[in-house]
Amino acid sequence: MRRFDYHRAETLEQASRLLTELGDDTFVFNGGTDLLVEIRERLRRVRNVVDIKQIPGLSDITYDETRGLTFGALVTVGRLENLSLVRQRYPNLRSALASLGSIQVRNRATVVGNICRASPSADTIPPLVADGAFVHIYSRTDMRVVPIAEFFTGAGKTVLAKGEIVTGITVPPAADNIGKAYLKHGRRKAMELSTVGVAVSLAMEEGVCSDIRIALGAVGATVLRAPQAEAMLRGTRLDAAAVRNAADKAMEECTPISNVRASADYRRDMVGVLTGRAIKQALETFA
Amino acid sequence: MKRMVDFTVNGEAREMAVDGCRSLLDALRDDVGLTGTKKGCDVGDCGACTVLVDGEPVNACLMLAVEAEGRAVETIEGLQPDVDRLHPLQDAFMRHGASQCGFCTPGILMMAKKLLDDNPRPTDEEIRFGLSGNICRCTGYTKIFDAIKSAAREMEAARP
Ligand SMILES: Cc1cc2nc3c(=O)[nH]c(=O)nc-3n(C[C@@H](O)[C@@H](O)[C@H](O)COP(=O)(O)OP(=O)(O)OC[C@H]3O[C@@H](n4cnc5c(N)ncnc54)[C@H](O)[C@@H]3O)c2cc1C
Ligand code: FES
Ligand code: FES
Repeated sequence: MRRFDYHRAETLEQASRLLTELGDDTFVFNGGTDLLVEIRERLRRVRNVVDIKQIPGLSDITYDETRGLTFGALVTVGRLENLSLVRQRYPNLRSALASLGSIQVRNRATVVGNICRASPSADTIPPLVADGAFVHIYSRTDMRVVPIAEFFTGAGKTVLAKGEIVTGITVPPAADNIGKAYLKHGRRKAMELSTVGVAVSLAMEEGVCSDIRIALGAVGATVLRAPQAEAMLRGTRLDAAAVRNAADKAMEECTPISNVRASADYRRDMVGVLTGRAIKQALETFA
Repeated sequence: MKRMVDFTVNGEAREMAVDGCRSLLDALRDDVGLTGTKKGCDVGDCGACTVLVDGEPVNACLMLAVEAEGRAVETIEGLQPDVDRLHPLQDAFMRHGASQCGFCTPGILMMAKKLLDDNPRPTDEEIRFGLSGNICRCTGYTKIFDAIKSAAREMEAARP
């Protein structure tokens, strides 16, 4: 039996206090789909969990044209996946959500838990990075907002200090000239962690690409941007030759490893293939 | 430290004292005594432990019993509408031979019930997508899909 003590917090303040006072091996308990698996498989020593699901105000989802989409820490993958707003405006995020685990897992797993676990292969991170999302963080002394690209400091590591709690995520609004896509590559279609994941978010003005962000998952310790490939595409019409050259550049910019799911060489090749395809698919969103 | 949990199982009010680290799955099987819900992997991969919580399918192995406080849990034991009558899905599973060792069956039936409640006429693709978190190592799935489609037709025909 992997025993631990369960604590239920009613406020952020109380949760934060418990996290600092109960000492090491104390963790926020959200959907539990990572935490309980890590406890059962003895991958993480856990003495105390602090359940944050009774804290009011962390379940909201709002959208407005200036701020964008904001959702709280308790919002599950399944709930966001089924929103028509997400389907229409954030097809990259939506495709990541629909590919995460099973329906049963998505009913419990949260997006905030997915980013806090900071797995290099987490599916929701690439689209959030490509869209330039922000992470809202509570501590007992202040609230801070961190661009998601700066939230990760390594595999499984984030900027969160002891006692800090993520309260939600804001994804900037999606204008009509913005195209998006997320492609996940695995050995099978469902119930599979990604071998490579590529998210693209791009803006077109009169047929010319005015901005583009490419985020690469599972090919580095954290989700990576491909800044040189992006620079090669800005100002172009995203014709086939430009896309091919940029996809080759993205292959150079990633730092994959070999593991049970795939070799480093295969992952690098797939970055090339998927970057090209994701750009094409993102362009089709305005067609 | 044990905590008291008040919840309903298949419509019946229950109260139990459980350790904070006990899974809903272990509590259902060992404390409530309902062993129909199976433990295949205990880590969310197989779906054998699928139950409905407030109508939504979840893996009972990935939920703590204390989290069931105030909620309505439905298990395979509650699927039968009457003692002497099977749910159309159970009946179709028997007729189609959709169950061999039977270990996956309770989880698949609960998932299939939810699927048909939401979507009475699912396509083959929708059934496959809906069941992608339920693993069966015996049947090869074909008979399971046949049984679900057949139950869907019967339930549709029986509707007034
Ligand atoms: C069978 C199965 C299949 C899966 N498939 C996929 C997949 O295809 N793709 C994928 O990306 N993931 C997959 N996952 C993992 C995915 O379910 C998790 O990453 C999930 O999103 C984590 O959210 P949670 O709410 O369950 O987090 P928890 O397990 O509750 O927490 C995860 C971590 O984040 C911390 N945390 C949670 N919330 C906060 C907060 N508000 N503030 C600070 N820290 C916090 C916790 O302390 C813990 O360290 C799978 C999991 C299972 C069991
Ligand atoms: S026992 Fe819960 S998913 Fe396998
Ligand atoms: S019948 Fe044996 S696992 Fe499905």
